[in-house]
Amino acid sequence: MSYAIDTLEHMFEYEQVSPVSASAASATAEEFSAGREASSGATLTAAERVAELQSRISQMQSRTLSSTLIPTHPAIASLLPGGGLQQGSVYSVDSSAMLLMTLLAAPSAAGSWCAVVGVPEFGIEAAQRFGVDLERLVLVPHPGDQWLAVTAAIADVVDVVVARPPTRASDSAVARLASRLRQRKSTLLMVGSWPQSEAMVSLGESQWHGIGNGHGHLAAREVTVTVTSKNAGRPRSARIWLPDSSEQIRAHGAAEMAPAPLTALPHKVSA
Amino acid sequence: MKAESSQGSRADAGALPESLPRVLVLWAPDWPVVAARQHEKLPADAPLVLVEKGLVFAAAASARAEGVTRGLRLREAQSRFPGIIDRPYDPALDSRAFEPVLAGIEELIPGVQVLRPGMCAVRVRGAALYYGGEKAAALTVIDRVNEIAASDARVGIADALFTAVHAARSTSAADPRSRGGRVRMVPAGSSAEFLAPLPIAVLEEPPIVTLLMKLGISTLGEFAHLDRLDVRTRFGELGGRLHALASGRDPQAFVARTPPLDLDVVIDFEPALDRVDQVAFGIRSRADDFVAGLVQAQLVATAIRIELDSESGEVAERVWLHPRSFSASDVVDRVRWQVQGSNLIDAGLSSGISRVRIVPETVDEIGHHETGLWGSGLEPRIHHGLSRVQSMLGHGGVLVPTIEGGRTLQSRQRFTAWGDRSVTERSPQRPWPGVLPAPLPGTVFSSRHAVHVFAEDGTTVSVDARGHVAAPPAQFSTSDSRSRTLTAWAGPWPLAERWWEAESPGRSWRFQAVDDTGCAWLLVLDDGGWWAEARYD
Repeated sequence: MSYAIDTLEHMFEYEQVSPVSASAASATAEEFSAGREASSGATLTAAERVAELQSRISQMQSRTLSSTLIPTHPAIASLLPGGGLQQGSVYSVDSSAMLLMTLLAAPSAAGSWCAVVGVPEFGIEAAQRFGVDLERLVLVPHPGDQWLAVTAAIADVVDVVVARPPTRASDSAVARLASRLRQRKSTLLMVGSWPQSEAMVSLGESQWHGIGNGHGHLAAREVTVTVTSKNAGRPRSARIWLPDSSEQIRAHGAAEMAPAPLTALPHKVSA
Repeated sequence: MKAESSQGSRADAGALPESLPRVLVLWAPDWPVVAARQHEKLPADAPLVLVEKGLVFAAAASARAEGVTRGLRLREAQSRFPGIIDRPYDPALDSRAFEPVLAGIEELIPGVQVLRPGMCAVRVRGAALYYGGEKAAALTVIDRVNEIAASDARVGIADALFTAVHAARSTSAADPRSRGGRVRMVPAGSSAEFLAPLPIAVLEEPPIVTLLMKLGISTLGEFAHLDRLDVRTRFGELGGRLHALASGRDPQAFVARTPPLDLDVVIDFEPALDRVDQVAFGIRSRADDFVAGLVQAQLVATAIRIELDSESGEVAERVWLHPRSFSASDVVDRVRWQVQGSNLIDAGLSSGISRVRIVPETVDEIGHHETGLWGSGLEPRIHHGLSRVQSMLGHGGVLVPTIEGGRTLQSRQRFTAWGDRSVTERSPQRPWPGVLPAPLPGTVFSSRHAVHVFAEDGTTVSVDARGHVAAPPAQFSTSDSRSRTLTAWAGPWPLAERWWEAESPGRSWRFQAVDDTGCAWLLVLDDGGWWAEARYD
């Protein structure tokens, strides 16, 4: 069971048994019994019951590892296990710059440092418009073969790190990086798939508004964001504006808004 | 003459000191050329021409012999002598190159006054006693200067600065080969006689000089003959001063400079080192000395210049800026990055480093850089962590982004290496008509990708000069991927930047397009074809 392995890892890292794991174990027992009482009356199929119990276990596990959340955009926070991005965890994120910027904006606005490793085409002006503070953003566009070492070194000092792995990492390297992140309490957003990630944030069907056939311009986009977490049952998804016509990111139902009307641009653009 | 001088001495008997200080003026002819030649390591007879604003500012003797004179247009100079080597004129280089000469003279005679780069003055009385005569002192100075700067230095000695300057200038007629010909001494009390035959134009005050020439006065002697009070009434304060100069009474006070503190650090390696880490280790303790020297002078460096001499005779120099101020480890890092260049950390250098010179380029009062009571500036933890990454990847490995003004996405972003000060050239606050409307693309390709954009019938989409799209774009493909069908598109938006420049990017047309996966692209059509510049993903 991964919980036992994680506890062991934890023990070796800190060279002691942390008091957290002991109290967590008792909490697990309590929750278990509470869960049994609650569900005894209901008529649930075996599969649903297993799924529900698994999600409870995973929630409790994650709480024992790192209980603190970093600020997360509300439109995505509700989808993530635990209700937001957690310190010391790795998340896989689809290769979408705007999605990454959405996840970076909230911690950056709260005063955290952010770093982007191995993404030379990261559009900094869009990032600034989405709320990433450029004063506290550093880029390592070409880490080359040393990308794992560079990512680990940056994760030591920076709170949120975006990295795109150019090559597949070995299992031992992945585990080393994960334990280092847990120790340093920094969050890693991996572009593309990554083994042992806490959750996978992916972008589904997207629809642009404001552009027609030969007229208008890109103004707003509706996308489906889906979060598949490590061992909690069903993926959760939501429809969000990424961005809406006033360059804001919000959940689809957050405020009523008509689809952006087609806007005519002045045809002549002098230079 | 006699009546004139007696009248003058009566008029301002108090102003004239009884015993005039003897002044030695050193003049290095063609100093801008000499300085530039030293900097570029050119041979002494290279036809070097310094250009300022398209006009010849100074020319080496070998170029002058071919008819290249000051004030010519560069093209004219090139047509007179195609072999000239033209370089932009840098006044800072003049002063910088003159500094070692001043230091050399200060070692011989204390109290140097700089008149301009290439010309300086010292009081010669003490030196004349020490070296056994004014001429001996002058020759010692000339030898020293020629040793330092390899120029054809001249010396004039007289009672006052103005006379001494013109005595030095008058040496050119003498045989420059003989050492004696390079010194012109005007005996004490005979300044007026020496100046009298000189043309009035040496006063270098065009309005008054022109008027005097129109009045029939063509030499300094004739000007000095005029009554002092009359000159003063007619030409004012300036005229009175010129009259005093012409009569050999220079009212200018002699002000010796205070020698600047020597804050430079020079480290010689014998034998030359050919590994980056050796160089970095070798300068470590001297970098501490460098910062300690600055602190002692109550200064901090905000910009330093590092000069590296290699065994093969190359000199690499670069100015490094710091967002705050340099500490010893910052200095070591800068030297390492400069030595490293584009090489990897453990790669050997092409040629050994024999000398490292660290010069404070800009300094500031230490009081302005004191850490506040509650801390200020950057968290040192972040700086250390990122510097460590820089030591893995090189100086340009870690970048800090800033937004600049501009119309294309590429020109609006600027990246500065961590630890350097960012210098913004164009303000993003200004209106930039023609920028993309919001929202902006999240992915801006660092080098744009060539694509093909086709219409429904398979022909390449083109735009005519009036901005009319021949056929609506229906699909596009990059060179390596499958073709994508376009579901929506908008454009073209023309952009013609800097069309007046020879290397202007030309006119381009921008399109936005959405493909069938729901991904949007910024496509650009210019003279080179279709390009994908950015992606809205």
